Amino acid sequence: MSNIIEVKNLTFKYPQSNRQALNDISFDVKQGAWVAIIGHNGSGKSTLAKLLNYLLIANEGTIKVADMLVNEVNMWQIREKIGMVFQNPENQFVGATVEDDVAFGMENRNIKREEMQVRVQQALMAVNMQTFAQHEPSSLSGGQKQRVAIAGVLAIEPQVLILDEATSMLDPQGRQEIIELVQKLKKERGDDLTVISITHDIDEAALADKIIIINDGQLIETGQPTEIFAHGDRLLNLGLDVPFAQQVKGALQKAGIKTPTHYLDEKGLLDWLWELNSNQ
Amino acid sequence: MMNKLIVGRFVPKDSFVHRMDARAKVLLSIAYIFIIFEVTNWLGYLIMGLFTIAVTSLTKVSLKTYIQGIKPLIWLITFTVFIQMFFAPSGHVLWNYWIFKVTDIGLLNAVYVLVRFILIIMMSTVLTLTTSPLAIADALEYLMKPLLKIKFPVYEVSLMLSIALRFVPTLMDETERIMNAQRARGVDFANGGIIKRVKALVPILIPLFTNAMKRAIELGDAMEARGYQIDKPRSRYRILVWHRRDTMACLVFGLLLIILIIIKHFI
Ligand SMILES: Nc1ncnc2c1ncn2[C@@H]1O[C@H](COP(=O)(O)OP(=O)(O)OP(=O)(O)O)[C@@H](O)[C@H]1O
Ligand SMILES: [Mg+2]
Repeated sequence: MSNIIEVKNLTFKYPQSNRQALNDISFDVKQGAWVAIIGHNGSGKSTLAKLLNYLLIANEGTIKVADMLVNEVNMWQIREKIGMVFQNPENQFVGATVEDDVAFGMENRNIKREEMQVRVQQALMAVNMQTFAQHEPSSLSGGQKQRVAIAGVLAIEPQVLILDEATSMLDPQGRQEIIELVQKLKKERGDDLTVISITHDIDEAALADKIIIINDGQLIETGQPTEIFAHGDRLLNLGLDVPFAQQVKGALQKAGIKTPTHYLDEKGLLDWLWELNSNQ
Repeated sequence: MMNKLIVGRFVPKDSFVHRMDARAKVLLSIAYIFIIFEVTNWLGYLIMGLFTIAVTSLTKVSLKTYIQGIKPLIWLITFTVFIQMFFAPSGHVLWNYWIFKVTDIGLLNAVYVLVRFILIIMMSTVLTLTTSPLAIADALEYLMKPLLKIKFPVYEVSLMLSIALRFVPTLMDETERIMNAQRARGVDFANGGIIKRVKALVPILIPLFTNAMKRAIELGDAMEARGYQIDKPRSRYRILVWHRRDTMACLVFGLLLIILIIIKHFI
């Protein structure tokens, strides 16, 4: 697979600030991949996301999205390809009703009304919100608003979906629903959809094919979830959580018990422990 | 309390007037004000009154709601009526004291002003009770379209208006939250003189403003990320549809105007 995103030596500083928000960052994302970006508060994750679709302008370095250089000339074409869902459900809801909000991106692209009606329906079905089409945002929960935001993104059929802590303001159930939704979409669209999820939720990061760790504006490490989580102490030193199941696995390994190499969430670990128990 | 003032005005129901196009309702509400100034005698007012009551009953909203719409304006009405009554320039003097004098013409004018006031309020209440704020914003956009010729940013202003309306409940909730947070810190909003109470508003307004700014910046990012460009042609998802009933309503208003003109000139 070719790279959908290529970032080279990217450096960025906010004009008002005297330290670099991002410092010489380079990485690639393969088309159809699911990449998680983790890092503690203020490490520069949102800044990176905004640079990818030219909401912020890089000081140095280059970004390519679908073989197009991210710059003033290509910015609108690039925004066609990247759908973004932000952290605060309230502050990205533009429309007066659910269907109006889903249509907003299409209105901006001057898509015909008949076409919009079809696509609004489809997008709302995809996120299971079709019965809420006429609702106003004030009558929705945070999780429902985020689902509408995802529907709005789906309606413009993006190649890349960036979730910038899209689940962090939701309750556990809302969070789970969004994660399952993204998994479902990823399964349906396969390599046509690349997911970049910026998150604090370690179980969410574990779903990715690849994890990128950012610390104080610098890229510390990239790797598969199993590799990353294997170095538990390092994650802790960077102010990041280690999944509980992973901590248990580490302790078991230290005690000389052979554990599976792939990542296990808590339920997976429990199942495996039961199996181990009945085998003995 | 604030809810009642702004959002609680629209009463969703399924009536002839509710189903009318917002453009027709806005236009006819404006036309109504012009028509009522054509009325100069009691027969005209009688017809206008009956017409207005007929319209309110068509909305399926109780007359009580309309009367509540008049209440907040009661002082303005009283003031205007008294001015009319005491400072009439001419007519047969009925009562006189210092600079005040009440004449028969003055008294009649006062009654007319009162009726006119109440009728106009009732008709504009018909508009706000039967039309969602969003539909009114859409109608205004449409009616402002001629201003595009003088480069007035009609679409931008209308988008701004609809976003503002969409954020009313959000900011209302936020105000409530901030007030509760300040109450928990011992701020008293209900007691004390006017100065003390105005001062108590400062710790509400400042966080409200800074948060609103933050929201605006985030919303701007979200809109741009979704491809919003100023000055670019955009298609419309929500449209207004003009039906036969809207044309009919306009014809009825035209008929009303003709009748009133006939009465004015021939009776
Ligand atoms: N608009 C801004 N102006 C100046 N400095 C900013 C601005 N936005 C962010 N920063 C700074 O840039 C750095 C990176 O911020 P960023 O929002 O990218 O972090 P983040 O990794 O997304 O954090 P979080 O997990 O809290 O969302 C921080 O030190 C932050 O204080
Ligand atoms: Mg962030």
